[in-house]
Formats: sequence, structure tokens, C-alpha cells
Amino acid sequence: MGMMKSLMGWVDARFPATKMWKEHLSEYYAPKNFNFWYFFGSLALLVLVIQIVSGIFLAMFFKPDATLAFASVEYIMRDVEWGWLIRYMHSTGASAFFIVVYLHMFRGLLYGSYKNPRELIWIFGVLIYLVLMGEAFMGYLLPWGQMSFWGAQVIISLASAIPYIGDDLSLWIRGDFVIGDATLNRFFSLHVVALPLVLLGLVVAHILALHEVGSNNPDGVEIKKNKDENGIPVDGIPFHPYYSVKDIAGVVAFLFIFCSVIFFAPEMGGYFLEHANFEPANPLKTPEHIAPVWYFTVYYSILRAVPDKFLGVVAMGIAVLLLFFLPWLDRNPVKSIRYRGIQFKVMLGVFIIAFLMLGWLGTQPVTPLYTWMARIGAVIYFTFFLAMPIYTKMEKNLDVPDRVTMK
Amino acid sequence: MNIFAMKKLIILWSLALFSLLTINMVVASGSVHLESANIDRNDKASLQRGAKTFINYCLSCHSAQYQRFERMADDLGFDKQDVINNMMYTQDKIGNTMTVAMPAEDAKKWFGKPVPDLSLVARSRGVDWLYTYLISFYLDEKRPTGVNNLLFKDVGMPHVLWEQQGYKKLVKNPDGEHTLETAVKGTMTDKEYQDMVRDLVNFLAYIGEPLYVYRHQLGMWVLLFLAVFFVIAYMLKKEYWKDVH
Repeated sequence: MGMMKSLMGWVDARFPATKMWKEHLSEYYAPKNFNFWYFFGSLALLVLVIQIVSGIFLAMFFKPDATLAFASVEYIMRDVEWGWLIRYMHSTGASAFFIVVYLHMFRGLLYGSYKNPRELIWIFGVLIYLVLMGEAFMGYLLPWGQMSFWGAQVIISLASAIPYIGDDLSLWIRGDFVIGDATLNRFFSLHVVALPLVLLGLVVAHILALHEVGSNNPDGVEIKKNKDENGIPVDGIPFHPYYSVKDIAGVVAFLFIFCSVIFFAPEMGGYFLEHANFEPANPLKTPEHIAPVWYFTVYYSILRAVPDKFLGVVAMGIAVLLLFFLPWLDRNPVKSIRYRGIQFKVMLGVFIIAFLMLGWLGTQPVTPLYTWMARIGAVIYFTFFLAMPIYTKMEKNLDVPDRVTMK
Repeated sequence: MNIFAMKKLIILWSLALFSLLTINMVVASGSVHLESANIDRNDKASLQRGAKTFINYCLSCHSAQYQRFERMADDLGFDKQDVINNMMYTQDKIGNTMTVAMPAEDAKKWFGKPVPDLSLVARSRGVDWLYTYLISFYLDEKRPTGVNNLLFKDVGMPHVLWEQQGYKKLVKNPDGEHTLETAVKGTMTDKEYQDMVRDLVNFLAYIGEPLYVYRHQLGMWVLLFLAVFFVIAYMLKKEYWKDVH
């Protein structure tokens, strides 16, 4: 024990190890009333680690070459020891990442976690979401199946809808006139080096910003306004050990679902691994129905809902970018949905239904009925954000308690 | 946990699940009704019969370039020397994969396009599609091979298993639906032929993912471990949180 202590003293004189441990874990005071929705932040971190570790092992065997990529994935699935498990962890992890992040963002909407003083946390979070989309899009090209190829073909060709520079831009992105070896190689580089680096940096910024201002909670009450004589928030408990042990239980419950998918339904009925992607990429054979992976389908639906291709791309872009402005679109100072007026509750409910509907429509082939449903969904999506300054001003709030509640 | 949040979560998940379940899978099949292949991947006898059919009738044109003979011998319980002596016609190393000698260019000349590799066909097409496809050939004089297929219009592949099934002809019913009726009898009854195709499809499913059965077996143990771990983790949380009010 004495030796350990003097060793830590030696380190602490040279590196703030104990200081950081205290600041971020043992003396980081989190509100004691976190509920179910507060598991998804730590779960997102877990999935990030799963993706990085499984990705490192996949990169040892994967060949970023248009003539070898597909076969190297099958080599991993059949001949590499435990390769199938690592590959399914990574492919399931991609979908799990989006599920966890969507639920994490929904939590932010429920309890107003994007509001003053947490605007930067939210903005870093939206940036993480953007990078994640790029990461997922580029990763999906790598197995070089039919959907990898044609999905990328559709998405990159969107760039060509931009006036004047569009064609040159998509040529520049592809590095060729069609999706080819050059595209695969650069996507591999971006997927395994560039974007993960950016992602890690953003995650650190996201957590640092969070620990600077402290966590929000289901009541939307600032616990730092109510401190005891030692300067510790009365309603706060140290993250470690309270939330570390709680999160372990959350992690195990998550892993139960995660492993159910890996071991019993890794294709998830064609949603996590699309059936057509078990056929090697063939530039001469267009699949009957090109659908992006499920986590992109909301924005894909918005794109298809607009008759003009360029305006569709613009609408899709705005739909994502609107998220950045959320802290300033919401004019109601009350954070938690528990104490907000009926307007926001109704709008959020309708928005979630529209979001799920758009997501489903994006997996389906176009029919006149579906196109109209997508248009209605898109209008609701945009109304939720653009009309927010109006309806959040009209809300009649309930009394916000001074202290957090334990309901 | 907050009851309110629980309720909301349950509603959210059931919505998500509902939308997943109600979606009909779009697998390039047109409007033909798919018959259920009804395979059993644990039935080694069926897989062995399917392997023999595959090697005798398919493997001369179609490859299964990711499937090793040795893996098949190990997984399905074949004797390795038997496999080398009786199932490997063009090669002799048991660790080799199931390749064919037919050059792609010749295939293009003979069938109109290269013959697809079948390693993953059960995963891209689905087993029901394969089963239905193999029982849906019918006589069609307009085709160079003399046959067409209900599920795969103007298919380039000839009816390889004609000896067993015989030939069917297309009959249009009064209600407009097409059915197949026997035109030339084969060596097997319809039931025997369907069983043969089922075994073959079972084997194709096996080579699509050789670890499928093992994955399920291992999965049970993993989930069991996590279930026990969850109880312990939950009790630990309860213990620590005793003093939080």
C-alpha cells in the first residue's frame, strides 16, 4: 500500500492522474435522479470502444482492393479464428451505435439538455452525429457488395446535383468516373484513420464540456445552485462509484440485446446486413431496389419527397443542419418536458411519429402513396424545428421544483 | 426506474418492432409465391445428401469458391479420404476450396453470362427463393435450353435435374394463374424430388455460413452468462445505492 501511494505521488508530481480521476469520476457530482434515458451516453462510449477494437482486428485481414475486398471479408468470416464474431460485432455495432445515439439525442429533447448552459455540449454532439454518418457511409462501401456499391453510387451522385461544380465535385470524391478501386481505397483510409481521429477528439470535447457545466437531469433543475457547506451539490452523488456501478448493470443489459443480435440475427432480417450485399459489387447490374441502411432512411425519405433532385439534396442537408440551431430555436427557458406546456409535448410526439414513419418509408420502393406520406412526414419534421420559436413561446409551464425529485 | 419512462420506452420499442415486422422483404422475386424450403441445418444426413447432389450436379459449372472441402468434411461428418476419393474430381488437396475448371469466357459463350458462384447465394437470395426456383422449371421451346423458369424469367441455366424431376409444362388456369403439370415423368416422384431439392438448399444454406449452427449454440451460453452477470451487477448497484434517497 505504501509503495503504491509513493508511486502515485511520483506520477502525480509529473502528470495530473489523481486530479483527473477526481475531476471526472470520483468527485464529479452527477444528479442523483438519472432515469432510464441516462444510460445511453455511457453506452455510446462502450459501442465506440467496441467499434474501434473490432475495427482494428478487421483491418488486419481486410484488403482495400476492389478485386480482393469481397473475398477478404469472406476470408474473415470463414478462415480467420473468431473472425465471424469480430465482423458481426462490427456490423451490429454500427447499427447499435445509431440506436444508442438516437435514444441519447431523444433524451436531450425530453429534458432540454441542449439549453443554456449546455449549448456547446449539444453542438459537439451534433458534430459527433455528423461524423458518425460519414463513418458509417464509408464503412458500408468496404465489404464491396452490391448494396455497398450502388448505395455509394446513389449518395455520391447527389453531389452532382449541385449546380456548376457538381460533376467535378463527385468526380473528385470518387477519384474515378465510377465508384472503383480509387474510391474504395480512399474510403478505407478515411474510415480507419481520419474520421475515427476526429470522432475521438469530438467525444473528448463533448465530455469535457459536460463535466465543465455538469449534467442535466430529468427535472431540468441545476443541482449546482444548491450546494452544502463543502461546496458539493446537495442533490449530486459522485459519478464513481454510484453511476459506474449503475452503468455496469446498464452495460450488461445492453450487451444481452447486442449479443442476441450478433448470435441469433446478425442480418436483422436484412436491416443490419442487407441481403443484396452478399453478392459482390457489379457495376453492370443495378439492383431492383436500392435502399440505404436503416439509419440513413429518414434523410433519404426527405430527399425523395422533394421532386427536384438539387432541392432534395438541399432539404436533406437542412434537415440535418437544423439540429445545430436547436438551443436557440427553443424559446422556453424550462428544460424538462415534465414541467413544459402541452405545445412542446404534442409537437415532440408528432415529430417522433413522423421520424419513425420517414425511417420506414426510406426502406421501401417509391409508390405515389408513399411519396405523399414522405412529404407529410418531411413537413412535420421541418415544422417541429422551424415553428419552434413560436410554439415554445406560447407554452404555459408548470412550477419547476427547486430540488430534483426521485419519481 | 421511472414508470413513465418505462411506458414510453415500451411504446417506442413496440412501434419500432412493429414497423420491422410488417415490412415485407423485397428480394427480387416478382410476384411469384415462394414455397417454404423448410430446411433443418442440424440434420446432418440431409446436409450430406445435399452435399452429394451439389457436388454431382452443380459443381461442374457453379463454384463455391469460399467453401473448403475439409471444412465440409469436418462439419458434416464425412471421412476425409472418402471426400478426396469420391467428391474431388478436379483437385486433390482437401484444404482447397470448391472451384470449377470452366473459364468465365466459355460460360458467357454457352449460357449468356458467367455462371455465378454459389457460396453466398442462400444469403443473397434466401432459401425459400432457391427452393422455389429449383422446382419451377417448365418446358419452353423459345428458350435455347428448352426450359424457362416461373420465378426467374428467361433464366440462362438449363434444367440440370431433369432426370429426377422430369419436365413440367405451363398450364394457364381459368382464373388466370399459372401452374405446372407433369409433361415428362422423371425417375422421382414430386415428393422425392422436393426432398432432394430441400437437402440441396440446406447444403447451400450451410455453405453460406458454415458457422451458423455453432453461432447459435455459443449464443445460448453467452446469453446465459450475461443473464447471471446482470443479476450480480443489479445486486451490486442496489447495495451501493442503499444510501441514496
